[in-house]
Amino acid sequence: MGIQRYLVKVYKNFLVRKLLRGIGIIFATSTLTFFIIRLMPSNPIEIFINQMMSAYGMSYQDAKALALALFTIDLDKPLHEQYIEYLVNLLQGNIGRSIAISPGTPVMEVVSTFLPWTLFSVSVSLLASFALGVTLGMIAAYRRGGIFDKVVSAVAAVTSAIPGYLIGILIIVFIGVQFGLINYMRGAYSAGLKPGFTPEFIADVFLHLAAPFATYVLSTFGGWMLSMKASTLSVLGEDYVTVARAKGLPEGRIRTQYVGRNAILPLFTSLTISLGFIFGGSVLIENVFVYRGVGRLLWSSINARDYTVMQAVFLIITISVIVSNIIADLLYGLIDPRIRVGG
Amino acid sequence: MAPARSLKRVFRTFVIEPLKIIASSKAGLAGFIGLLLYISMAAFGPYIVPLDTRPKPEKRYLPPSWEHPLGTDFEGKDIFSQIINGARDVLFVAFMAGTLTVLIATLLGSIAGFKGGLWDSIIMAVDEVLLTIPQFPLLSVLAALVRLNNFTLAAIIGVLSWPALARAIRSQVLSLKERDFIEAARALDLGTRHIVLVEIMPNLMPYIVVSWILSMTGAIYSQVGLVFLGFVPFTSHNWGVMINMAWTWGAIYYKTSVWYILSPILAITGFQLSAILFARSLENVFNPRLRG
Repeated sequence: MGIQRYLVKVYKNFLVRKLLRGIGIIFATSTLTFFIIRLMPSNPIEIFINQMMSAYGMSYQDAKALALALFTIDLDKPLHEQYIEYLVNLLQGNIGRSIAISPGTPVMEVVSTFLPWTLFSVSVSLLASFALGVTLGMIAAYRRGGIFDKVVSAVAAVTSAIPGYLIGILIIVFIGVQFGLINYMRGAYSAGLKPGFTPEFIADVFLHLAAPFATYVLSTFGGWMLSMKASTLSVLGEDYVTVARAKGLPEGRIRTQYVGRNAILPLFTSLTISLGFIFGGSVLIENVFVYRGVGRLLWSSINARDYTVMQAVFLIITISVIVSNIIADLLYGLIDPRIRVGG
Repeated sequence: MAPARSLKRVFRTFVIEPLKIIASSKAGLAGFIGLLLYISMAAFGPYIVPLDTRPKPEKRYLPPSWEHPLGTDFEGKDIFSQIINGARDVLFVAFMAGTLTVLIATLLGSIAGFKGGLWDSIIMAVDEVLLTIPQFPLLSVLAALVRLNNFTLAAIIGVLSWPALARAIRSQVLSLKERDFIEAARALDLGTRHIVLVEIMPNLMPYIVVSWILSMTGAIYSQVGLVFLGFVPFTSHNWGVMINMAWTWGAIYYKTSVWYILSPILAITGFQLSAILFARSLENVFNPRLRG
């Protein structure tokens, strides 16, 4: 009983430790992005003031007062004051208002219209790609040297060598343009369709997901497949597999409970690393397909120098990477009892 | 007599034998020849096939022919010559960025692993922060900060790409540190510099060389991606600019423009594939256990 309580305590400590570390990293990354963003040439508030002056004939003072009232952010202040203000606001959960993309709208609102699309498309594709890669990798390992292994390994090597966004372009050029399907490859849903949980809308969303989905899966399944194959091959050589066979256990049970379960373990760590990579790659892939996700939002906020939106996007990407890391750590402990205590 | 013979031996162990091992697998050989082709294209191509810069509106989007092996672009310019002349910049940036990545990663990774303590904590903290922010978005912001040319582009890619590799090198150094031969070197009081440079580095070299080639493919991903999104000014003709031009000049509307966008994509894919195949066969050269 005593040991069990002790284990629970350590486990909880491990979580606490991870969370503290995560908060530290979030602080560091938001500091880094804060300063890098402000070092960028040209200033969005000046652009806004100039627009107001030329469009509505305001005086500089009036336009500036309007900008200050609207954005509650003053880029003329010394950098350290701006930074402290930013941190204080951040702690209160206030990430400001958009400056350039949709002036005056709370950033939270802007981001929450874009984020679900990325989470949806990236998670669906990542899971499918992982499942596909793991299955193909295991089959290839069992039929090592056979035709299936050779063909699938070659395809995986080629597709994982091509940068994902180039695969996206190829899909658009060869399938979209040549077969006239381009309308289903631009955007997250057809223009003019009202978002809602209607059958037409859901069907349309999945139709528009097809091309980015194929792009994500094609560019990532090869990596999963090759590492699953290598991992399975090394597990197949383990003594406990031989023992299980010698005991006459059914082959299906050996495949899932002995080989599969052990071979998939090292891939879980890469799963979380790849999440960050996919978020990064979404900037490119979402731009190829004009998909309205955070990647596209980040691209337009960089071009418009929308500081607050950029900060928010970086913050959200960082938080999702850290959260998924923690989830993966917990899952790992669940799947592999050996490492549960050590962390 | 003696130096000539030892020179011959050096030549055999460092050139002939590795080439034989590479040639023993078809994929490795293909990768090696592919890389040689790309390098000679970047080095000599521009002298053999000069860049065709005059627009010829009457020749827009021609299909491939003897005169234009890859057809023509939206202004009637020859695509083949653009591909040949576009190689140099792309490979140069990839080479510089890959080299920088490996240098930073090796330096920081081995310091962290070997010195431990405060050095390790600081380096690993920076490492973790950079690893958490997805690299490409950060790169897009940095691209707006600096005046971009081939050198600065390679520099910002290199400065952001080291964390994953540094981490791997650190853990390799950590495991090497515990081996008997390092302990023996310590007992002989050979000094930190000797231990790191003579005892540890040669053992890391195979891994570093393979990572160097793979870093170059990563640098191409970032570099072409930045150009495609329009974050890099078009100062020269390279494959990224071609993809961007093809994209904005109607590759998504005209079926005839397919050659224009396909050519740079195939050029990039060919390089990435050759590099990866070559890197994999190099692993065989360095690690006899893999040869079987």
